[in-house]
This record gives sequence, structure tokens and C-alpha cells, in this order.
Amino acid sequence: MSAIADVTARPQREVTAKGYLVCLTGIVWREGLRFLHQRGRFLSALVRPLVWLFIFAAGFRATLGVSIIPPYETYILYEVYIAPGLMAMIQLFNGLQSSLSMVYDREVGAMRILLVSPYPRWFLLVSKLTAGIAVSLLQVYAFLFVAYFWDVAPDSHWGYVTVLPALLLTGFMLGAMGLAMSSVFKQLENFASVMNFVIFPMFFASSALYPLWRVQQSSELLFAICRWNPFTHAVELIRFALYGQIEWTALAVVSGCSIVFLLAAVFAYDPSTGLTARRGGPDAAK
Amino acid sequence: MTVTSQIPPPASAALKVSGVTHSFGSKTALDDVSLEAPAGAFTALVGQNGAGKTTLFSLITRLYNNTSGSIEVLGEDVRRSPARALARLGVVFQARTLDLELTVMQNLLYHAALHGIGRREAKRLAAAALGRVSLESRASDKVRALSGGQMRRVEIARALLHGPAFLLLDEPTVGLDIGSRRTLIDEVRRLITEDGIGVLWATHLTDEIAAADRVVVLHQGKVMAKGTPRELCARAKTDDVGAAFMTIVGEGERPAPQKASA
Repeated sequence: MSAIADVTARPQREVTAKGYLVCLTGIVWREGLRFLHQRGRFLSALVRPLVWLFIFAAGFRATLGVSIIPPYETYILYEVYIAPGLMAMIQLFNGLQSSLSMVYDREVGAMRILLVSPYPRWFLLVSKLTAGIAVSLLQVYAFLFVAYFWDVAPDSHWGYVTVLPALLLTGFMLGAMGLAMSSVFKQLENFASVMNFVIFPMFFASSALYPLWRVQQSSELLFAICRWNPFTHAVELIRFALYGQIEWTALAVVSGCSIVFLLAAVFAYDPSTGLTARRGGPDAAK
Repeated sequence: MTVTSQIPPPASAALKVSGVTHSFGSKTALDDVSLEAPAGAFTALVGQNGAGKTTLFSLITRLYNNTSGSIEVLGEDVRRSPARALARLGVVFQARTLDLELTVMQNLLYHAALHGIGRREAKRLAAAALGRVSLESRASDKVRALSGGQMRRVEIARALLHGPAFLLLDEPTVGLDIGSRRTLIDEVRRLITEDGIGVLWATHLTDEIAAADRVVVLHQGKVMAKGTPRELCARAKTDDVGAAFMTIVGEGERPAPQKASA
């Protein structure tokens, strides 16, 4: 009988400020470990943009001339032009992959473990997001490292530092987008449909591969779509930051979208309002 | 019409669910469900697939909120003070939720972090929890290398790590062979006698129930019966718990098989 008294009278472990930090660190640590163990994922995250850089850009170098547009002050190689777009693409893939892996891949069980933590739901989601950003930064800098030997580098080495805050923000936006989408799309059978319906349209209808004035020359409609595409602004934010400059419109759009996507994700996973509660029962998040 | 237990209700139920109804769209998954599970005892939640067991577990673990009634873990309302309630709860989900790529210890440390337990203390608690399920020697093995039964025991160790007073297990023996099933059940029963922990064990296998257990029969979202196995057998006029379960479930079918949503 005394044993019974013991267990129910055990002191309550309080949710403390230090606990928040432990929780955040733990989530980031796990994501990092998982990333290191999935060598295939790291390799494909690195190879994908390098294929674009080495093959696509090299092939199109002659066809697509890029005139001098800010932030560039001289004529640049096409490889240099698309590098920021590829960096954003890495983050786009990463954001969708780490979040959507919850939908399939039996990762969903891991989501449940995350959500029974006593810490608030929004905090858990933000921690998960932070972990995703950390992983995406590893990937982006690995890409930049390889690109450096291909002579694709910013004017000054400081560019590697000034781009960091931009990458944090764009990683946040794309990660939050993935998180919000993971709660909405239950039917995505595989990553191929995500590529077709999300990644490709976002990537191609943006300034990642061609400057927008070129798009405008061929189609006003496409130009408008590109300008409304948050991915365009992510790319531009990174592009300018690599040259130590701030593109204020891009900054505003990326910040705004980050907040909207995060709120959507928090709403979707909220226990009372959330989509998990509405959409067909426990299977929704088994 | 439910069998009322002859045992006096426990002074303080470790888990108390009162009047919980939950619907998904027009489908009523839980219909005015009330049950109590005391500390230091094994409560079996018996029901067929689709009876609403997993929905009930989702509500208790606050995957989503109960919109009616109340759920309390050691007196803490899950909706009003979720942090305090969840901190006292250990959960083993039906689906496997371990990271196969990571080691047993890494999985446990991650869980400890989710409960805000710092690294040093977490290592100590994890080792102790693994000891409880006799798997301390596998701490640095990858989860992938474990058998199904061992994975389940690691999940139990994980659920125990933060020192919960109450343990929820959602059909934990599904997919295990007879030997592993036996080991698992024995281990959980040992936790009850040695640690005084309360257990709510969802199952559709009536042979997992022992004479001293409390049984709650859930069928189509309704609590059909509560009591000891002996009481259920008496009510169904049989001496087999499985047959009693089928009879009680059958009673629910007759009057109104398709209940309109309340």
C-alpha cells in the first residue's frame, strides 16, 4: 500500500524555463542524429542542387545571358545567378521532407510522441521547425562549400556570414509551410506528388532560374505569378544577403509568410480547433 | 444498463473519464463514456476494433480536446492543465513509435528531453527504466536490431522514464508472439505490484485479463459494462470471460444497432 502512495504522491515535475531549453535542444539533437544516420538523404540533398549547378547551368550558360542587375555589379556567370535559387531549393525540399515525412514513412508515430510532451503545442512545433532549419543550414553550407571550388562564390567571404540570417528566415518560412501542409494533406501518397504539385511549381515560377524581367518579356501573367510566389522572395532575400545587402520587400514578404504559415500550423495542430480533431478520427494522427 | 461494480469505487481514481462524447463529423466515436481506473491496479479496456479505444486514448493524451465531459489524471484536468496531466502520464501507442535508426538509449534520451529532463538525470533514469524491463544490456543497440517484443518493452521503459503515476497502453500486444506477449503482460503486472502504478490496458484479447483486474467493456463508443471478470461472467451467465464479453457486446447490438449521433 505504501508503494501505491509513493507513486501518486511523487512530486510533480514542473514545466520550467530550463525545461523548455532542454526540450528544444532534445528535439534539435534528435533531428540532427536522424539526419546523420540517413546518409542517403544528405547525399541527395547535396547532389540535387549540384546537378543543377554542374549540368543544367553549364548547359544554359551560353543560352541565357544575365545582364547586370542588382545585387550584381558586373556580368556574372549563370551558375552564380542560380546559386541562391538552389540554396532556397535545398531548404524547400528539406522543409517539405521533414514535415511531410510525418504523413507517411510511419513517422507519424513520432509525431504522437512529440505531442504528448507536457510542453505547449506551439513550442513543440517551433522546436521541430528550429530542428529542420538547423538541418537545412548544414545542407546549404555543404552545397556552398562544393560550389566554392566551382568558382561559384559571393564577392566577399563575408557573404557566407551575411547570408546566414536570411537562410534562417527562409528556412523558417519554408519549414513552417511544410508543417502546415503536413496537417492538411493526408492523401499524399509519396513524395512525387509533392514534387509535382508544390516543389516544381514554386521553384519554376520564381526568380530562381531566370531574372523576373526576362519572365515579364515572355508573359505578364507568369510575371505576376512569380511576384506573388513567396519562394521568389526567399530566393531574392538570399541573393541580396550573399552580397551583404537587404532586399526589403523580400524581407517583408518572407517574414509575413513565416508568421502566416506558422499560425496555420499551430492552428492545424491545436487540440481544440485543430484539423487532427476534425478529420476522421484517431487515424488522422496515428 | 451497465453492471455496477460491487467493489467500492476507489477513493481517488488515478484516471477519471466522465461523460465524454466525441464525434468525427456525423460519426459518434464515443458516446457518454465514463470510467475510472485506480492507481496500483490493472484496468482492462476491452473492445473490438473500432469500439472507440484509440479515440479515447487520443483524448486522454490530448491529441485533441474532449468537447464534452471531463478527463482527469490524478485530479488534473487534461484540458484545463494539460502540462500537469501529461507529465503524470506514460503512454504506449498502438503504432510503433521508436526511431529505428537510433539506439535504444538515444530514443529514451529524446523522450526525456521532451519532458524537460536534463541529460545527466535522463541517463540515470533511462538506465533505471531499461532495468525495469530487463533490457539494460541493449542500451547502445540500434532499435532496428531488436525483436518486436523487445521494442514494445523499450516503449514501456520510455513511458516509465519520467516517473508517471499512470500508464496507458493501447493494444500493446498486437503483432507479438505468445512468448513475448506473456513477458510483456507479466512485466506490466509487476510494475503495478512493485511500483503501485495504475494501468489502463486496451485490448481485444480477453485472455489477457486476470481475475483481480477491473474490466471496462467498450462497444460502438459506449461503455457496456464495468466490473470484475467474475461480475461480467455472472451477468452473462457463463464462466468464460471471452464468452461474457461476446454476450455483453451482443446485447448492445440488439436494441439499436445504428445509433444516431447524439
